[in-house]
Amino acid sequence: MSFAAIREAVTHFSSLTFLLFAAVVVLVCRLLPKRARWVWLLAASLAFYAAGDWWYLPFLAASVLSTWGLALLIGKQAARDEAALTAARSTLSKDERKALKASQKKKRARLLWVGLVFNFGLLCVLKYTDFVLEGVSGIASLWGAGPIRPLDLILPLGISYYTFRSTAYLIDVFRGKTEAQPNPARYALFISFFPAVVQGPICRYNETAAQLLEPRDADWTDFSAGLLRLLWGYFKKLVVADTAMTAVRAIVSDPERLNGAYAAVLIVVYSAVIYGDFTGGMDISLGLSRMMGITLTENFNRPFSSVSTEEYWNRWHITMGSYFTDYVFYPMSISKPMQRLTVWGRARLGNGIGMRLPVYLATIITWFLTGLWHGASWNFIVWGLLNGAVILISRECKPLYARFHKRFPGAKENRFYQAFCRVRTFLLMGAIRSLDCYRDVGVTFRAFGSIFTRPGTYAELFNGQALEALGLPVASWIMLLAAVVVLWLVGRAGDRKKPAGWQVAEPLSDKPLRWALVCGALLLVILLAGQYGIGFDASDFIYNRF
Amino acid sequence: MNQLIDILHSLHPDVDFVTETGLVENGILNSLDIVTIITEVSVCMDVQIPAEEILPENFDSAAALWALVERLDEA
Repeated sequence: MSFAAIREAVTHFSSLTFLLFAAVVVLVCRLLPKRARWVWLLAASLAFYAAGDWWYLPFLAASVLSTWGLALLIGKQAARDEAALTAARSTLSKDERKALKASQKKKRARLLWVGLVFNFGLLCVLKYTDFVLEGVSGIASLWGAGPIRPLDLILPLGISYYTFRSTAYLIDVFRGKTEAQPNPARYALFISFFPAVVQGPICRYNETAAQLLEPRDADWTDFSAGLLRLLWGYFKKLVVADTAMTAVRAIVSDPERLNGAYAAVLIVVYSAVIYGDFTGGMDISLGLSRMMGITLTENFNRPFSSVSTEEYWNRWHITMGSYFTDYVFYPMSISKPMQRLTVWGRARLGNGIGMRLPVYLATIITWFLTGLWHGASWNFIVWGLLNGAVILISRECKPLYARFHKRFPGAKENRFYQAFCRVRTFLLMGAIRSLDCYRDVGVTFRAFGSIFTRPGTYAELFNGQALEALGLPVASWIMLLAAVVVLWLVGRAGDRKKPAGWQVAEPLSDKPLRWALVCGALLLVILLAGQYGIGFDASDFIYNRF
Repeated sequence: MNQLIDILHSLHPDVDFVTETGLVENGILNSLDIVTIITEVSVCMDVQIPAEEILPENFDSAAALWALVERLDEA
């Protein structure tokens, strides 16, 4: 293996090189005095980041320095504004005070906008230029113009995640929710912390920075709970996600032949893939951080137990959802233009529609942006819009649900009804999620339609043809099924308000024998059934590409 | 306060806003309600509630919301 290959492998959570790198970082972090740990973590994080490509670093530096500098300016300006307001308070009327505050806020908002435009501008140029060019090329071809070649610009690792983290920090400083960090190196650690830089969670500065800058002495509970969670993450990724991915690849590579029943299978199997992949990745990030005495924000909380789409999005990719809610949806829906739209709508379209109009418009725009954030393709845009549409339709159906529950008052507590709602939400989200897999929107819709129009294909699931077509032997299916049952049982166990990953790790941390047995069992299953090793290229984490 | 209670009642006539202290925590108010309340407070009471004040603790009860409106009006 060449040095370049080893260097590149560091950035892949499922590589042995990464595990060795992480072990050294954890060990040295524990041995160093508390005050020196952040310097070590910063050095490790930058080394990890540069291992992907040296050219990623200037973009990360641009994001760090721009948001750090502007936040500092905003913080200083806010302190000056506060002092000026206090000095003038007794001489001003209430309206004058409000006017002064508004003009001060406007000045600080200019600095904020510079940071937002620069950082989102950079993200947009690097991530969406080729998508725009493809669209322009398509339109130009209608007039006989030749194709425009893609620019293939560099896309720094985790740029979507660190742009969100840095802009959230900038907005929080503007809003006075957090103080600006005077030291750029300390701030750089918050943005680049290696377990979270590639696929999140999108932590908030005021929840995480203090822990990063002075990690507590990790004790046995931290170490044991962290290690178990790490292994749990690898189990999900290597045993569940990467095994199931073989079947998904087979289906999407030949949608003309493998449709109908296969498209239905894809909805279920890809749910296992994305769950194992993304929540597994989070378990690895959170487990590794915990071993260093750092508790990152939870990103999932038993998403497949949701009885509605709205609940699902409160449980799936929680930190991304809260970013869009706090920094996009609410500011947009309560903005002056939206308030004017409400007044206009109520006067012309009636109270009900007028009240809904700004919220629904903001919901659709937010979901459009959520889709776009996931990737520069129409698949993701349609995926986002469909999620938004489902949420709005279910809101409109609330009076119907209320009537139903009035007619059947015990339904909400009925286990069968709850199970029905969970299965419905799971299938609905799975169907929309299949847009992740197929090459374009048209193919996805045709595949989905074939579920209902090609009943003949269902026989193939039972006569052995499907086994061959999906590329997984019977033993792998049995192992996958057993692993999914384990996930399901863990998901049902313990305190439902706490994430399943927590449920695995925390309660066993003070029971050394059971902890060792579970760790050993997980390790054994990963070694025996995990998809890795010579001749096998472990799939990269799906959410890394965002 | 009465004006605020009227706004809340227009959204959920069946809720006792004088005693309820878990409007957000218990899922009574959703994002649509919160945006509507903010718009109504702006139109009827001329008080702007900024996005950074959209916190569960500010919307969990009518009393907390009234305290927020008073604080913003005084600022």
